[in-house]
Amino acid sequence: MAESKSIKQKLSFRVEPRLNEPPAWYPSVVSFGAIIVALILGGVLISLAGGDPFRSYQHIAKASFGDTGVLSDTIVKATPIILAALACSVAFRMKLWNIGAEGQFIMGAFGASAIVLAPVLPAETSRWIFIPVMMIAGMAAGAVWGFIPGYLKAKFNVSEIISSLMLNYVAIAWVNFWIFGVWTEGGFQMSPKFPDGAWLPRLADYAKAFPIFRGLTTHLGLVIGIVAAIIIWFIIFRSRWGYEIRLIGDNPHAAQYAGINITKNTILVMMLSGALAGLGGMSEIAGVVHRLQTAPIAAGYGFTGIIVAWLAKLNPLAIIFVSVLFGALILAGREIQPSGIPKMIQGIILVCLIASDFLLRYRIRIVRGEE
Amino acid sequence: MTDPISSTANSSSQVPLIVEMRGIVKRFPGVLANDHVNFELQRGEIHGLLGENGAGKSTLMNVLAGLYHQEAGTILVNGEPKVFSSPRDAIKSGIGMVHQHFMLVPSQTVTENILLGLDEPRFLLRLPEYDLKIAELGERFGLKVDPCAKIWQLSVGEQQRVEILKMLYRGVDVLIMDEPTAVLAPQEIEGLFITLRAMIAQGKSVIFISHKLQEVSAIADRVSVLRRGIVTASGVSSKGVSRQELARLMVGRDVIFALDKKPGKPAGVVLNAIDVHAESDKGLPALRGISLNVRAGEIVGVAGVAGNGQSELSQVIAGMRKCIKGQVLLNGDMVSNRTTLFGIQHGMAYIPEDRTHVGSAPNLSVTDNVIMKNYRKPPISKNGLLDMKAATKLANELKSAYDIIVPNVSTPVRLLSGGNLQRVILAREISGLPTFMVAVQPTRGLDVGAIEGVHRLLLAQREAGAAVLLISEELEELLSLCDRIYVIYEGKIMGEVMVNSEKQDEALIDTIGQMMTGTPLDQIQEEEIAANG
Amino acid sequence: MDFTIILQAGIASGTVLLFATLGELFAERSGVMNLGVEGMMLIGAMSAFSTAIATGNPWLGVLVAMFFAGLISQIHAFIVITLQADQVVSGLSLTFVGTGISLVLGEGLSKAGTVSLLPNFSIPLLAQIPILGKIFFTDQSILVYVGYLFVPLAWYYINRTRPGLHLRAVGEYPSAADALGINVFRMRYFYVFVGGMLAGLAGATISLAVSPGWFSELTTGGQGWIAIGLVIFAQWDPIRAAIGAYAFGALRRLILDIQGPLLLLGFDNPFYYNPYLGFFLQMLPYLFTVFVLVIGSREAMRKRIGAPAALGNPYVRGERGK
Repeated sequence: MAESKSIKQKLSFRVEPRLNEPPAWYPSVVSFGAIIVALILGGVLISLAGGDPFRSYQHIAKASFGDTGVLSDTIVKATPIILAALACSVAFRMKLWNIGAEGQFIMGAFGASAIVLAPVLPAETSRWIFIPVMMIAGMAAGAVWGFIPGYLKAKFNVSEIISSLMLNYVAIAWVNFWIFGVWTEGGFQMSPKFPDGAWLPRLADYAKAFPIFRGLTTHLGLVIGIVAAIIIWFIIFRSRWGYEIRLIGDNPHAAQYAGINITKNTILVMMLSGALAGLGGMSEIAGVVHRLQTAPIAAGYGFTGIIVAWLAKLNPLAIIFVSVLFGALILAGREIQPSGIPKMIQGIILVCLIASDFLLRYRIRIVRGEE
Repeated sequence: MTDPISSTANSSSQVPLIVEMRGIVKRFPGVLANDHVNFELQRGEIHGLLGENGAGKSTLMNVLAGLYHQEAGTILVNGEPKVFSSPRDAIKSGIGMVHQHFMLVPSQTVTENILLGLDEPRFLLRLPEYDLKIAELGERFGLKVDPCAKIWQLSVGEQQRVEILKMLYRGVDVLIMDEPTAVLAPQEIEGLFITLRAMIAQGKSVIFISHKLQEVSAIADRVSVLRRGIVTASGVSSKGVSRQELARLMVGRDVIFALDKKPGKPAGVVLNAIDVHAESDKGLPALRGISLNVRAGEIVGVAGVAGNGQSELSQVIAGMRKCIKGQVLLNGDMVSNRTTLFGIQHGMAYIPEDRTHVGSAPNLSVTDNVIMKNYRKPPISKNGLLDMKAATKLANELKSAYDIIVPNVSTPVRLLSGGNLQRVILAREISGLPTFMVAVQPTRGLDVGAIEGVHRLLLAQREAGAAVLLISEELEELLSLCDRIYVIYEGKIMGEVMVNSEKQDEALIDTIGQMMTGTPLDQIQEEEIAANG
Repeated sequence: MDFTIILQAGIASGTVLLFATLGELFAERSGVMNLGVEGMMLIGAMSAFSTAIATGNPWLGVLVAMFFAGLISQIHAFIVITLQADQVVSGLSLTFVGTGISLVLGEGLSKAGTVSLLPNFSIPLLAQIPILGKIFFTDQSILVYVGYLFVPLAWYYINRTRPGLHLRAVGEYPSAADALGINVFRMRYFYVFVGGMLAGLAGATISLAVSPGWFSELTTGGQGWIAIGLVIFAQWDPIRAAIGAYAFGALRRLILDIQGPLLLLGFDNPFYYNPYLGFFLQMLPYLFTVFVLVIGSREAMRKRIGAPAALGNPYVRGERGK
């Protein structure tokens, strides 16, 4: 390690690997500190670009948590992020760098839309049939999109980083083909609106019974996301399969030695990851957009999911809370000028977070004088 | 504690010292590797540095070579105090080291490796010109190697020559060789010794690190011994001290032969390997028709110099490497070219060579590591779910049964010492009640106490009626534990010898030694008959 | 459809990929994978374009682009070399940061009007060579010619010079290099910087030569990622990298141009009559990248050659063991 030479009576720093576990609260404090540092750095950059960082941050806080209405909107934004981040977290847990959650998300939206637009089910179908079928279709389409890089990785050792990312662009072109060429509504770049049965129920739908819900757009997707997070937590930490995933992720040689089939798991985990992202796409299309349209579903949720998964240290339950924070950032970001600020701040947060991991692996001791 | 034997009694003190190390202290997390060590090297001598694995000899020499920095103590070269902040500094002062793991870039040629880090050539490499220079240098010291060859194409012995050439090209006066014979076949060892003597004749000095007594006695002029970071002998003449005395200085008590090994009562054949062929990672033939068997209730050893196919053999048996011809049967079932899982489910345990990279998952807890082989079965798993309570209970039981020293079982195993980690692995493998166990170098890098613990556990397996295949490079370990020993050389079995636990026959060791150098057993016997007749 | 024109334009568009690929190749040869190429290219494209607008000097734009992108790359260098963090995640975050910063600073730049671009010219004599002269040496941007020079120079530098030898050693076996006094950390910082500068140059090549202007994220359109894929296809060899980059450039041009003519090889051009099929053409470069990766990876498996051995691993000095 970078051992600084201690010369005479000077204070010097010595970096040492940790020999025992830091206390349980320590990682959270370090992550929190990293976010604060990131916001400060982001502020500096905003002022360099001619903005006012305090106004921007104040605006973000007010525009996302100011009242129940915007809080509800924040949660709506958080919903697809939860599912995308879960998708990334299961793959990352096995050190599969699925950065194609974006494409899998888009394909999920496409798969769910195909049920409505093909149409597989007639427009008057009951919500109780429509929604589950759309969920399955969305997950299936996402899983297919995850299968491709998974298979190529498992069979030909093709870098899943590049292949999954390349498929993002393919997914966008694919959806564009359908909405421009096949399902266009009067030549516009979007499909017709879905029938009511294909909408996820929203809080506002129950405003008659509970007036407090009036105007609140939070939809069933949140419940889907939370349930998915709990199931994924269970799979990872309490199931045989999850144990295999964790073992492969930590040491593939040990996993092979323990008799675990890495090829099969690579494919399956990429498919699970794709299915989760696809479910996110379905939730967004059925809960918010209500039609197939490229711009609102290719809005970078898959990429935000990467950051959120990392910030949550791949813990499925922590993902829920971190997603809400990022939902706020995205929601408020729509009105912030220049428009790149939220993206930039997301990136800086991720940078600071990765940097802060160093403090978890090493401790820095201040050494006085010579030993 | 014995007082260090010192050379001051000898009459050699008027010979000029080229290197003097005084009061060297070096700590690693949890270990005091060098505790105020003094070391003296005379000009023109081969100085043996003896000690067991983990005694601190490599650490001391890494300090001298500038790779580590001592926490206290001084180094004098030709009487002048020196501070080395990097190996480059040490080389500038004329001290170079050949490490046990060669520091050669496999994809580069011999010449490229030797030129690495030098100021000449300035910009363009002009390889042909330097190829010639290096060939000449090699000839001077009897180090034959093709300068244009890529490192990965060379044998281990040739690679060692490149390492030595690398240091000679830099004009070092002192060459430190760390366990140079561990990777060499006996005839190569002879070649190395000739080179080392040629270097001495040309005024250089050599430090020869080893844990093998007979080699040090054969080559060294003087010997120093380290034990657990402390000097127990300093610069004694290798002729003036017996091997037994050196062994006592190394180990600190009589050698560990006093294992309680009951007479074996081997039963039926458990593992049967028939004409096994396999390739190495590089695609070269590594196993060329290995046939051996292990019966229940016996420990069978595989002896051989490192790199003769031992790793590949264990991997084929464990189902982790493809068997291109032949087969391995476990209790009559074919296990080769099946999955690793098949072997595990049929009672095979495997102690891999590399405990951190293969045997364990460093960031997962002790609990997660002990269930690695049995997480598929109740009580650990039910209906696809894991019962973490049962797993924790098992981990705690194993922790006390195998003396695993760890605050609690949720600690990640990367924080465990080598001995503790090996106990976790052994606990896991043995608790599965295997009918067959293959152990590869199970005691490498462990301290004496830990080694003894591992040996006891292996013998207990034999008592319990398991079949054990012990692959080791330590002949003494094999002789004290095994009932039979196969000797492997270049992927072939040279022969099989029975071990009689009552007497360690010099002739037996000699026979094994000859087989390790590539002479088949039948040929040795023929020659004996011829000599006697 | 004139194929020489497509190829001529393809060479220009391939030059972007060439710079980016060579930059990543240098970084990876030193053992550092930098997935932030896309972000660095955007930084380069944005800063080149805005500098050229502000000063009227495209050359200054190129220099600023290279410097700025190189600077950004040092974030990644610090995180993975000094702090020893995971290279994949850090590279991704660099993409986010680079994209974000270029969007923030490039706000309004798309409507900023025209700038003076880098000059195009033909090489006398060489341009007279039939077909090849037209493709390679006629009316190309100066950066295209710079690209031609870079390829052999890069190869020669890596394989035949002392710093190249050190570069290879650092990427293959850093502790061996360190033991011989090569400063592994400094070398890696340096080559990550080189990678950043070349990615910046690639960005500048887009915004000041190949398709002038600033179109936010669409300026690069994933070419940074394709470049990373090409490094694998190229098996870390500059010559193969050049072949891959120019082939991709030609493919990109072909896709743009194939929709024009009524007839294609004597048949009705389906892409003309059904323009929606163009979306499938758009997928091609990305699908082709995946395809090329399959080829490259299989070949690497068969020949047992691969990435620089230390690629992706932080170098930790002087610990026990290795």
